[in-house]
Amino acid sequence: MTPAVTFSQVSRHFGSVRAVDALDLDIAPGEFFAMLGPSGSGKTTCLRLIAGFEQPTAGHIEIFGETADGVPPYRRNVNTVFQDYALFPHLNVLDNVGYGQMIRGIGRAERARDAEAALEMVKLPGYGARKPGQLSGGQRQRVALARALINKPKVLLLDEPLGALDLKLREQMQEELKALQRSLGITFVFVTHDQGEALSMADRIAVFNEGRIMQTGTPEEIYRRPKSRFVADFVGSSNVLSPETTQRLGGPAEWASLRPEDIRLGSGGGHEARVTGASFLGSATRVTLNAAGGKLTVLLPAGSSVPEPGAGVRFSWEPSALHLMGPVA
Amino acid sequence: MTAATVTAGAILPGRGGAAGSLSDAFWRHPGLLLFLMLTPPLIWLGVVYLGSLFALLMQSFFAVDEFSGMVVREFTLKTYGELLRPSNLDIILRTVVMAGLVTIASAIIAFPIAYFAARHARGRWKAVFYLGVMLPLWSSYLVKVYAWKLILAKEGILTWVFERLHLTFLIDGWLALPVVGGNSLSVSPTGTFLVFVYVWLPFMILPVQAALERVPGNLLEASADLGASPRQTFAHVLLPLALPGVIAGSIFTFSLTLGDYIVPQIIGTSHLFIGMAVYAHQGTAGNIPLAAAFTVVPVVIMGIYLWLARRAGAFNAL
Repeated sequence: MTPAVTFSQVSRHFGSVRAVDALDLDIAPGEFFAMLGPSGSGKTTCLRLIAGFEQPTAGHIEIFGETADGVPPYRRNVNTVFQDYALFPHLNVLDNVGYGQMIRGIGRAERARDAEAALEMVKLPGYGARKPGQLSGGQRQRVALARALINKPKVLLLDEPLGALDLKLREQMQEELKALQRSLGITFVFVTHDQGEALSMADRIAVFNEGRIMQTGTPEEIYRRPKSRFVADFVGSSNVLSPETTQRLGGPAEWASLRPEDIRLGSGGGHEARVTGASFLGSATRVTLNAAGGKLTVLLPAGSSVPEPGAGVRFSWEPSALHLMGPVA
Repeated sequence: MTAATVTAGAILPGRGGAAGSLSDAFWRHPGLLLFLMLTPPLIWLGVVYLGSLFALLMQSFFAVDEFSGMVVREFTLKTYGELLRPSNLDIILRTVVMAGLVTIASAIIAFPIAYFAARHARGRWKAVFYLGVMLPLWSSYLVKVYAWKLILAKEGILTWVFERLHLTFLIDGWLALPVVGGNSLSVSPTGTFLVFVYVWLPFMILPVQAALERVPGNLLEASADLGASPRQTFAHVLLPLALPGVIAGSIFTFSLTLGDYIVPQIIGTSHLFIGMAVYAHQGTAGNIPLAAAFTVVPVVIMGIYLWLARRAGAFNAL
C-alpha cells in the first residue's frame, strides 16, 4: 500500500540551524499519527513541509505516491488546522468554513449547505452568522476543524490543536477528534509536545528531538519499550538509570528505564531509600526518593499510605518493569 | 531575621511631599488624571479648531453686497447659488477628479512598497524603507515643488532623458492630447498630477504599511492551504484586511489634494483648483462668504466618501 506521506532523507535548514535533519518517515493511509517532541525539535517544521509552507533543503517528500517537490500549498490536497486557528477575522463562520469551496468556484447555495453540514459535524450548528471574534477558543478550534475537513483532504494536519484549550475541553476534544478520524478515515497527522495527548489519541507516534526522529511506534511500544534515554524521559518522565545505578540495583551494567508507577514501596525486601519529598496529584501521589546514589520518582496510587519526607523506606519492582535501553542517548 | 526585614512593615510609608500625595490622589481617582490630561487638547480642538470651522461655515451663509463689496451678515443661500455657477462647478469637478486620480495612483504605487516593508523587510532594510519614505517629508514642500518644475520643464532633465532615448515623440504625443496636455509637462494637468502623487505618496504608504503589518502571516498561509492561489489570497484576504489602511491613506491623499493651492499654481495650467479659488476669494477679491462656501465642498465630499466606504464594508476588518 502506498504510504500517505513519505519522507526520504528530508532536511530543512534555516541558516546554520538544522530544524529537520535527514529524516525518513512513512505515515500509513488512514492512520492517526502523532509527532511528539519538545519545542524546537523539528516536529512543526515537518508538518509545514507536508503542508508546503516550507520546502526541503534536501531530500524528497511524497504524498500518496506523488512527489511534492516544488508543489505550492494551494496545489496540495492537504489541509491544516493551525495552532491559533488562523480564522479569517473579516469573514463570518459560514464564509470561513466555505472558503475552500468559494476558492474552487462552488456556488453560494451549495457552499452554505455544505458549510452548515460541516458545522453540524463539529457540533456548532447555527453558528454561521457569527464572526470569529465572537467565539470562544474551543468554538474557534471547531470552526478551524470544519474549515479544513469540508475540503475532504487526503491528509489533515493539526498543529498543537488542543494547546490553547483548558484541561476539561482538551479531554473532550481528544475524544471527539479520535471519533471523527475513525468515522472519516482521513489520515490525521498531529503535532504536540504533550505526551499524554499523543499516547491517548495516536495510532502511532514519532518522538522528535533536535530535528531527528528518536523512535517511531505505537503508544504502547513508545511507553513500555523506549529505545533511548531521551524517549524514556520525555514520554511519561521515567526514571532513567545510568549503567552504574542499574548495576547497584541488581541489574546489568546498562542504561535502563524504570516507570514511576512500577515501583512499590514497602518495609521488607528490595532496596533501601530515603524519602526526599512527596506531592499530591489527585489521582496519585508522587514521591521522590534518594536511592543508590541517585534520585528516583515513585507514583503511588491514591489511597496508599504516603511516607513522610526524611523517612527510610524500602522499594522494589517486578523484574519485567526494568527496561534496558542500550547506549543510545 | 535581618534588620531590613524588621523595619519594613506590610504597608510602605507614603513618599511624602506634594508629588507623593498627588500620585496617590491620581491612583485613587484615575478620572482626575484623565480630566487634567484631556482638558487642554479638548479646549484647543473644541474651541479653537471646531469653533473656527463653525465660524467659517457661518460665513458661507452670508453674502457679499454686489455694489458695496461688503459682507452682509444675514442668512442667505445666495453664496451657495453662486457656487453652483458653471465656472465654479468646473473648479470643483476639476479638483475632485484630480484628487480621485491622485488617490488611485498613490494607492497602486504605495501597495507594493508597503507590502515589501511590512512582510519582507527586516532590520536594516526596514530602516532604509522608513528613511526612504520619510526623507522627502523632511525637506521643504516648496523646494520639492520647484524642483519638479525644473524636472518637468521643456529644458528639464526628463525631456533630456527622453531625447537621449529618442522617445521625445512620446512626450510630444502625450502633450498634444486634449485635457491632459499642454505646452510642456510643467504647465500641463499631467504635471500637476505627477507632482501631487509625488508629494502625497508617503501619506498613503505609511497607513497601508501599518495595516499590512497587522495581518497575521498565518492567515495568508491558511488561505493558500485552503487552495487559494496568491492572486486569490490577495483578493480575498490581504486586500480586505488592508482596506482600512488604504482608506486611511486615501483620506490623506484625497483631502490634501482637495485643499492644496500651491502645486497647481506652480505646476499646471491657469485653470483654478478649489484651494486656489479659496485663496483668491478670501484675498484679493475679498469675497469671504464664497471662499467659505468653497471650503465646505471638501468637507462635504470627504463626508460622503467616508459614508460610502463604510457602507461598502471597508471598516469591517477593524
